[in-house]
Amino acid sequence: MAINTKQDRDFVKTADEAVDMYHAKKEELIPILMKVNQDLGYIPKAAMEHISSRLHVPQSHLYSVASFYRMFFTEQTGRHVIKFCESAPCHVAGGREVFEALQEQLSISPGSTSDDGKWTLITTSCLGVCAVGPVMMVDEDIYGNLTPEQLPDILAKYE
Amino acid sequence: MNTIKSLEDLKKIREQALEKRKATAVSGATQVIVGMGTCGIAAGARETMKAVLDYIEKNNVENVVVTQTGCIGICEQEPILQVVQGESEKTTYGKVSPSVVEKIMQSHVVDGEVYEENKILI
Amino acid sequence: MAYFRSHILVCNDPECLEKGSMDIMELLKQEIKAQGLEEEVQVLDTPRIGLCAQGPEIIVYPEGFHYINLEKENITFLVKEQFLKGRPVEKWLAPKKPQAEQELREPTQKEVRVVLRNCGKIDPQNIEEYIAEDGYAALATVLSEKSPDDVIQLVKDSGLRGRGGAGFPTGVKWGFTRDAAGDQKYVICNADEGDPGAFMNRAVLEGDPHSVIEGMIIAAYAIGASQGYIYCRAEYPIAVQTVKIAINQAKNYGLLGENIFGTDFSFDLEVRQGAGAFVCGEETALIASIEGKRGEPRPRPPFPAVSGLFDKPTNINNVESYANVPQIILRGPQWFADMGTEKSKGTKTFALAGDVNKTGLIEVPFGITIREIIYEIGGGIKDGRAFKAIQTGGPMGGCLPAEYLDLPVDYEELTKAGSIMGSGGMVVMDDETCMVDIARFFLEFIQDESCGKCVPCRVGTKRMLEIVTRICEGNGRDGDIELLENLSAEIVEDSLCGLGKGAPNPVISTLRFFRDEYEAHIFNKECPAKVCRALINYDIDPEACVGCTLCARNCPVDAITGERKETHVIDPDICIRCGICKQVCNYDAVKVT
Repeated sequence: MAINTKQDRDFVKTADEAVDMYHAKKEELIPILMKVNQDLGYIPKAAMEHISSRLHVPQSHLYSVASFYRMFFTEQTGRHVIKFCESAPCHVAGGREVFEALQEQLSISPGSTSDDGKWTLITTSCLGVCAVGPVMMVDEDIYGNLTPEQLPDILAKYE
Repeated sequence: MNTIKSLEDLKKIREQALEKRKATAVSGATQVIVGMGTCGIAAGARETMKAVLDYIEKNNVENVVVTQTGCIGICEQEPILQVVQGESEKTTYGKVSPSVVEKIMQSHVVDGEVYEENKILI
Repeated sequence: MAYFRSHILVCNDPECLEKGSMDIMELLKQEIKAQGLEEEVQVLDTPRIGLCAQGPEIIVYPEGFHYINLEKENITFLVKEQFLKGRPVEKWLAPKKPQAEQELREPTQKEVRVVLRNCGKIDPQNIEEYIAEDGYAALATVLSEKSPDDVIQLVKDSGLRGRGGAGFPTGVKWGFTRDAAGDQKYVICNADEGDPGAFMNRAVLEGDPHSVIEGMIIAAYAIGASQGYIYCRAEYPIAVQTVKIAINQAKNYGLLGENIFGTDFSFDLEVRQGAGAFVCGEETALIASIEGKRGEPRPRPPFPAVSGLFDKPTNINNVESYANVPQIILRGPQWFADMGTEKSKGTKTFALAGDVNKTGLIEVPFGITIREIIYEIGGGIKDGRAFKAIQTGGPMGGCLPAEYLDLPVDYEELTKAGSIMGSGGMVVMDDETCMVDIARFFLEFIQDESCGKCVPCRVGTKRMLEIVTRICEGNGRDGDIELLENLSAEIVEDSLCGLGKGAPNPVISTLRFFRDEYEAHIFNKECPAKVCRALINYDIDPEACVGCTLCARNCPVDAITGERKETHVIDPDICIRCGICKQVCNYDAVKVT
């Protein structure tokens, strides 16, 4: 693929930095993808292709790994990613009501991004803080003991 | 930091650490310990920690050491705060929101009286 | 197996026996038969309910009604009221504990903290505090006085079994890895604690990371490894940070790296993060992930001990297994073996979650009963509701009903009962839980996390999920239960890895103990616990409704009509069964049927 846009060139640069950080080792593929995902919010096609050529690994392999793991995004996400815990203990603690309220307040369904590009809402597996469930993460911040009433204040913290 | 090359080296560090603990206790300094495991943070421990540090600064409280610890296991009581004054027993408080921090700092840390309302036994 | 709707447990402790509890038991059985209830109500005896001074005492399950001071003359009336009319006899019930006591955490004698001993007591980001608590003294002892074979023997003698769920004897596994041929060997810590409801490993990694590091270094010495990895799931970012800091501090003190404690033993440790895949908790999938591949399990043999990471001999153990090792070395294997049961030695951490008052982490010796865990340590069921089931072992575990409350917790007993130990999650469920909904819930999770490699798991779990979902939606068919049973048997037999083999467990165990709920959903289109939305109706009781209009104003779909001060009505065709009307009503006028 020809790298034609400036954006693509930036993506390639980020991919290069990640590959260099892990000494271009094939087995470090997952940390490399994690770094790119962290820096760009997702793993763009241009980045994947560049990593594939630097590590001498087929693009199909790259894609199969990137699409296997839940925390890697192969498409652009919103500015903020909300991960809502959908596991049994949170569900039993009232998670269903909170999740429904959250979807209503954001006007998006799980697995999608809002039209204004601000929010992506996904479900996540257990975050390991079940005793303070229901729980969600917004970017790197974790919120527990959630009730529908708390949601507007939490969401208002993010630009 | 010195490399530990033998059991004797390890013992020395252990003794130093225990001495340090004792010195803090004997000096009458107050330790305030905030639980900062993920469950604590999900329940708001960062705000609790901030409230502790703000209180100390605003009120010029002296002779206080603030540290953190991990998950104790009574997660439904988080955020958890513990106070040790000098050589006395540790007191553990549960559900310590920033407003409760004010009360505990005033009552226990400054005035030396346990704040019964949020005290829990562990 | 006969399924009873109710159980009566009669205390058979010496004190109660002396007061005639067996006569009471006989009378109960006779009266139940006389009323034609012997297929529905089972009478059992049990040790020590707890109030023998006021015996004879009995408990009626699933509601949990505790009757004391019973006399022979009471029994006929009791059976008629409790089981025919469904009304407990208040005057014979034991008084409830005062509310205040529930707030204070009583120091429970039942807990023994080995793995959790430093959690919450030290600053995990300060290695000196760990050293102050005898940290790294075990390692010093091992490197100066013990040979690798000595260490393996010590761990074997302790009886320590893998705490990740399989329960394989740890010392034996170390022995296999030591004996395997290979110039390079690895030690891996499985910190991919993916079971929903389990967070014991997270607490140890965040609260006492050095105990795990020390355990791993000792293991590496025993098996001859020079490189180790801690594979921690990405959903635990704080744990990852804390462990990295701890590793750096250990390196700075020369406890990791070249020539540890001045010997010629060298060992390096790194952290690897998962990327969000439950299946990576399975050891071969975890290894694949570290190798930069999709987390897909592979058939065994060969076992990782012989051919693991990069095809080299690899020892993988759970966080908790490693965290036990320093204490076993310091206090001796006999100390460890003195705790627990005959085949399950030592202590186990559990994460109590769900409808119980005191959720959180506990650590108890094996052999403690489920009842003790829920009621004595956990403070009983929330809001005074009745116990219905406890799910142990994570999503591939089973749900155990009230008859199993007195089951001693150990590997063999849980497996016999149809569940598993798993990593230690325990989710308590009250009587407002629908067991079919729960089975669907866990199946959904498992289906989502299936790696897709083998057909029995990939397709089998999908089909099972479809059937159970149909049942919850009121479209269950005659023959569905048999189909679920057949599918389960095949999936268990033919799946490639533990995830697939365990996947049907939630369905198998709920069918075993709660078959009547499935039947109610399928044949009567009813959800007895009033959870499955397609099978419930929200109605307003005209006698309780005062016409305050609060429900109508809050209904998100405008399904409620009514004038002020007049009975309101819910239109069942518009109602989406969200439950908001019931929540806001101050007169308890909204009924779920």
